[in-house]
Amino acid sequence: MEILNALALLSNYLVIPALAYGSQLALGALGVTLIYGILRFSNFAHGEMMAFGTMAVILVTWFLQAQGISLGFLPTELLALPIGILAAVLLALGTDRIVYRFHRGKKSQPVIFLIASLAVMFFYSGLTRFIIGTADQSMGDGARFIFTAREFKEWSGLDEGIALRTTQGITVAVTLICVAALFWFLNRTRAGKSMRAYSDNEDLALLSGVNPERVVLIAWILAAALATIAGTMYGLDKTFKPFIYLQLLLPIFAAAIVGGLGSPIGAVAGGFVIAFSEITVTFAYKRVLTYIMPGDNVPDGLVQLLSTEYKFAVSFVILVVVLLVRPTGIFKGQSV
Amino acid sequence: MSNRVRISSLFAFMAILLVTVGVVQSPSLALAILNLCLISAIMALGINIQWGYAGLLNVGIMGFAALGGVAAVLVSKEPVAETIALGAPGLLAALLVAAVTIALIVWVYKSMKGRLRSVLVTLIVVAGFFTARHFFDPAVEAIESTDSAATGYLGGLGLPIIFSWLVGGLFAGGAAWLIGKVSLGLRSDYLAIATLGISEIIIAVLKNEDWLTRGVKNVTGLPRPYPVPYEVEIQQSPAFQSWATYFGMDVVELSSIVVKLAYSGLFAVVLLIILLLCESALRSPWGRMMRAIRDNETAAEAMGKDVKGRHLQVFILGSAVVGIAGAMLTTLDGQFTPGTYNPLRFTFLIWAMVIIGGSGNNWGAVLGGFLVWFFWVEAEPVGLWFIDLVTSGMDETNPLRLHLLSSAAYMRLMAMGIIMLLVLRFAPKGLIPESRR
Repeated sequence: MEILNALALLSNYLVIPALAYGSQLALGALGVTLIYGILRFSNFAHGEMMAFGTMAVILVTWFLQAQGISLGFLPTELLALPIGILAAVLLALGTDRIVYRFHRGKKSQPVIFLIASLAVMFFYSGLTRFIIGTADQSMGDGARFIFTAREFKEWSGLDEGIALRTTQGITVAVTLICVAALFWFLNRTRAGKSMRAYSDNEDLALLSGVNPERVVLIAWILAAALATIAGTMYGLDKTFKPFIYLQLLLPIFAAAIVGGLGSPIGAVAGGFVIAFSEITVTFAYKRVLTYIMPGDNVPDGLVQLLSTEYKFAVSFVILVVVLLVRPTGIFKGQSV
Repeated sequence: MSNRVRISSLFAFMAILLVTVGVVQSPSLALAILNLCLISAIMALGINIQWGYAGLLNVGIMGFAALGGVAAVLVSKEPVAETIALGAPGLLAALLVAAVTIALIVWVYKSMKGRLRSVLVTLIVVAGFFTARHFFDPAVEAIESTDSAATGYLGGLGLPIIFSWLVGGLFAGGAAWLIGKVSLGLRSDYLAIATLGISEIIIAVLKNEDWLTRGVKNVTGLPRPYPVPYEVEIQQSPAFQSWATYFGMDVVELSSIVVKLAYSGLFAVVLLIILLLCESALRSPWGRMMRAIRDNETAAEAMGKDVKGRHLQVFILGSAVVGIAGAMLTTLDGQFTPGTYNPLRFTFLIWAMVIIGGSGNNWGAVLGGFLVWFFWVEAEPVGLWFIDLVTSGMDETNPLRLHLLSSAAYMRLMAMGIIMLLVLRFAPKGLIPESRR
């Protein structure tokens, strides 16, 4: 019984949040890794792209709510998501047309692309803040919980409850759908196969008649869509604040590199590795130990390895270890 | 020769801009902008050393500047005897444990192989971590609970703050050495991401380790460097008051101008020294070697140049310059506020300076520092004025007009992005291109 209580506590505060956070990171890292695989640069504007897409979703949601439209049990944001994705895709394609296409034509070095993405980041961050400001915007309406801690306690008879928030459930479900759809696209469709071929060996793909502009177009569409979904899920799960998305850049890059830059399956795995380690290391184990430890042998203090403010340090340390031990990441990078 | 004309005319233009602000707005404001221009120019020089000479991408400028800020606190603040007596033994013990742990890891890593090594390293890390925490936690607890409203930290060495400029360079250089060891020699993206990470971590540490920096409670009242007077003191001197009447100015205003001028003088000296060193380094055989490595790493390596070693060297030098500028900035502010370090302002704005000014050319970086900082400060009033003009047809309480006016400040972010993109596209070498030698 005590063990079960400890497990329930762990699932409630560690496993479920880490699953949701890991899904958000995985979606973000997929976008970064796709752009890296096709355009061969680390897109620093990705975090701001997430913020922009999420902002579009919020604005559409406000409009829908003003019209009295809602999804009932589910948050209205889901209804607004396609339009938000459309806005982000348009922005991404416009940016590519105006900025990156020129540098592609000139065959600029990857590092020039990276610096251009810094400039794009500046522009996006100004755009988002100009439209919606820097304040917190709380997202999500509909039912707050799929099941609450009390319902779980009554159902199971345990002392510790497990609550599953609607947003967490949606995040995991949406991620599963997106990842499945993406892998189906990459492995089964002609366009997806041409993308993988282009990423593997550009010259060979060009010789076999792959249209590079088309591949780049699809890559941006996918990256912008994934960024919007990831940003919206993060905003639903926590809160929307433009600055947070700038800070999310580091764990997202860490996830993409840990998994192997350019490898989609690696990005998903990396997202969960980063999320679980962040939360495991910054979790306070005190209450878990009170259940497991026999008698009154409970240590004082929170039994927390690192304070929550150092969660960046966790992604960074994992990043450094991977760079030192296996620079290509868990799944060999460089192939979409 | 044409480059020289270009440099002089662009700097003359910059001077005219600053003088215009002095006349139109106020001389005190112009000097405040000038001081930050000088500091920005030094930061841009540091990044130019890394990017322009060697093609290294440092996206962690914020962290290195913040390390300089810590140096200002640790050098200049008076030591707090109480907290040192309470906490120093524990902290020293924790430090010793950490050092022994690292030494053990290095030894195991070098002398063993395979699975045994991984297991041992993990064990040592875990054991070292908990032993260090065992000494560290009570010491920190004791320090932070001592008079936490006023001190609650160890304080500093109580030395003149000007030494902190050097110490800030040392701190930043040390951090750069660590990062460089790990990520140089890998793809250039990795260095960018690694520096992005370290800068976030440095800020997180400074915000949370109250025993060292008082965290978000801030350290205020840092002393000023030697020749800079305090406004209150000079306002009381009769000689100064007679000057004020002689110039026909308010005593308070004149005193603030004098203080700012003193800072400008100090900063200008530092900038000139660093600029001189940079210029002679670029002209020397060392600079030629750096350019050779940047332009073709493989060829340089084939000629027997130690590419990785040179990269590490130049990365440390550039970061140290940023650290110096960071310490100067904290000195100018007179307080250390970890909460104000923001990557847009401290990292990406400096990048805009280097790209717009001209990478690879020291004069370009300095000009970029001046021009971009000037634009950054002045874009706010100009943007506000512009929006006010555009929406002047609307009603005073029109929500759109109110929203636009309140978010006018963010227009400068967009404008900065657009300017950077334009420069990258139409003048990829910047306003003052690298001169051919």
